[in-house]
Amino acid sequence: MADLPQFVETSTLIAPRAEEGSKDHTMILNMGPQHPSTHGVLRLVVEIDGETVIKVVPDIGYLHTGIEKTCEAKFYQQVVPMTDRIDYLSPMTNNLCYCLAVEKLLQLEIPERAQWIRVLLNELTRLNSHLVWLGTHAMDIGALTVFLYTFREREEILRIFEHVSGQRMMTSYFRVGGLALDPPLDLFDRVQALIKILPEKIDEYQNLLTGNPIWVSRLKNVGHLSAADAIALGVTGPPLRASGVDWDLRRDMPYSSYEKFQFKVPISNDCDVWARYVIRLEEMRESVKICQQALDGMPEGDIKANAPKIVLPDREKMKTQMESLIHHFKIVTEGFEVPAGEVYQAVESPRGEMGYYVVSDGTAKPYRVHMRNPSFATLQALQTMCEGRLLADVVAVIGSIDIVLGEIDR
Amino acid sequence: MATPPLLNKDAVFEAHAQNAAISAIRAVHAEAITDAKYDRDELTLTIANDQIRAVCRTVQLAGYNFLEDVTCVDWYPSEPRFQVTYHILSHSLKERLRLLVMVESIDPSVDSITFVWPSANFYEREVFDLFGVRFHGHPNLRRIMMPDEWQGHPLRKDYPVEGYR
Repeated sequence: MADLPQFVETSTLIAPRAEEGSKDHTMILNMGPQHPSTHGVLRLVVEIDGETVIKVVPDIGYLHTGIEKTCEAKFYQQVVPMTDRIDYLSPMTNNLCYCLAVEKLLQLEIPERAQWIRVLLNELTRLNSHLVWLGTHAMDIGALTVFLYTFREREEILRIFEHVSGQRMMTSYFRVGGLALDPPLDLFDRVQALIKILPEKIDEYQNLLTGNPIWVSRLKNVGHLSAADAIALGVTGPPLRASGVDWDLRRDMPYSSYEKFQFKVPISNDCDVWARYVIRLEEMRESVKICQQALDGMPEGDIKANAPKIVLPDREKMKTQMESLIHHFKIVTEGFEVPAGEVYQAVESPRGEMGYYVVSDGTAKPYRVHMRNPSFATLQALQTMCEGRLLADVVAVIGSIDIVLGEIDR
Repeated sequence: MATPPLLNKDAVFEAHAQNAAISAIRAVHAEAITDAKYDRDELTLTIANDQIRAVCRTVQLAGYNFLEDVTCVDWYPSEPRFQVTYHILSHSLKERLRLLVMVESIDPSVDSITFVWPSANFYEREVFDLFGVRFHGHPNLRRIMMPDEWQGHPLRKDYPVEGYR
C-alpha cells in the first residue's frame, strides 16, 4: 500500500520546517488544553513567527466519552438524557433534534401545542446560549463587566428551565412523541415577563460594547472568512451568515412548525469577528420576537402524540387502567420497536447546523446514532481565519465561532 | 405524512427523473449508482466504491454545494461490512442527498473527498479513528478522538462495550 499516507508516524502535530532554514525561525506554542479562552479543553498547537500566526492545528478528543457508542446500548427513550450532555449550553436543541429524528423514523405526528412549546423553549435556549457566548467572548477580549450583566438574564432563563423540567441545564424535557410533562401553569407568564425586559437588556449590552474603541479595534477586520471558504470548510450558523450566506434551517427547511413564525434572518457581508458579534445580537432580538409569537398564538390541546405503545401514559391513567399499566411496563422494560430505516434530521442550533443521523434495524435500540455537530466542522476554519494574524486575534476568533468542546468530542 | 417508500432503483429513477443529483450522476457516470432508495422523504443513492470522488464532484457542480456530514455504519458480520455515509445539502435547491458507499471488511478503504470539500478532513479522520476505514489521498489521516497509540476502533460492532479490551 505505497500510496497510503503515513498516518502512524505523524504523532507530532507540526513538523519543523526544514525549507525555512534555522529551526529558531519559528516557535511552536501550546495553547490549552487548560487555557481559559479555549472554552473547554481545546488544545491548539500554534506555530508563530514573532507574534504572527503561521499555523494553527487544533488537537481535540480530551472530552471524548464515546456517547455514540453508549447510545447503541440504550433504548430509544434512554438516549434523550445523553443528548443533553453533548452541547451542554443548548440542551433543548439537542433533545429536539434527536426526538425529531426518531419521530421521523416512526412517522409519528406530534400535536401542535407540543410543537409550539418546543419552539418556545428552543428560542429560550438560543437566548441562553447567546448570552453565555456574549459574556465569555467579551471577557476573553477584556471587557469583564458584560459577563455579569448577561449572566443576570441567563439566570432567569435557567430558572424557567428548572421550573419546566426540574433541571437547570440537563433538561431532558422533550420526549419521543411530545413533551415529558404538562408545562407549569405560570410558565407563559414568566416567559412573558422575561421577554418584555430582554430587548432593553440587549440594548444595554450593545451600549457597553459597540461604542467601546478597544472592543471595536479588537473585532473589526479580524478573522476574515469568505463565503466560499465558509462553505468549503463546513461552517454553519452565525459564522456562515456573517460571511454573507443567507441560510437558516429554521426558515429554509422548517421543522417543528417553524414555518408558522415570522422572523428575519440577519446576514452580513463583513466576514469578520465584528459581523459575527452583530449577527448574534440581532438573532437574540429575533428570538425574542419568536417567543412573543409563540406565546400569543399558543394552541390548546395535547402535549403528547396519541401512540400508547410509544408514549408513556399519564400517571393517573397508569394507576387506574389496566391497558395503560401494561403499556407503561412494556415501554419501560422493553422499549418500543422502531421500523428499520435511516434518517438524518437537522435543526438550527445556536452554533449552526446540528444533525442527528439515526439508523434503526427494527429493534428497540438504535443501531447507530451519529451527531453532526456545528462546532466540530467550524473548528476546521480556524486556520483560515487566524493565518497571518496576531496571536492575540486567535482568542478573538475562537470566541467568535462559539465552540462547545462537549459537542466536538462527544 | 411522508410519501410511500420506493425501495428499488428503477422505481426511484422513474419517480425522481427530474432530480438534479440523479440526472447529473446518470449523465456523467452511467454505472455509478448501484442502488437507490426513497424512504421517509429522504433520497439515498448507493455509489460504487471507486466512483465516489467523481460523483461528489458531479453533484457539487449540480448545485449540491455543502457537505454536511461523513459518517459510517458497521453492519458486522454481514459483507460488505462498512457503509460510509455522506450527507450533502443544496442551499439553492433546499434539498438534501445521502450517498452511501459499501466497503469490504478486508483492508477497508475508500477515496477521500477532501479534494472536493475540504471540510471532509475532520469527518474522515473521525471515521478512520472510530471505524478503521482508510481514505485514499487524505492529507492528514491521523486519529482525532482517541490517543495516537490507541489499539482498535471503538465504534466497530465487535469492539466490547464493557470490560477490558
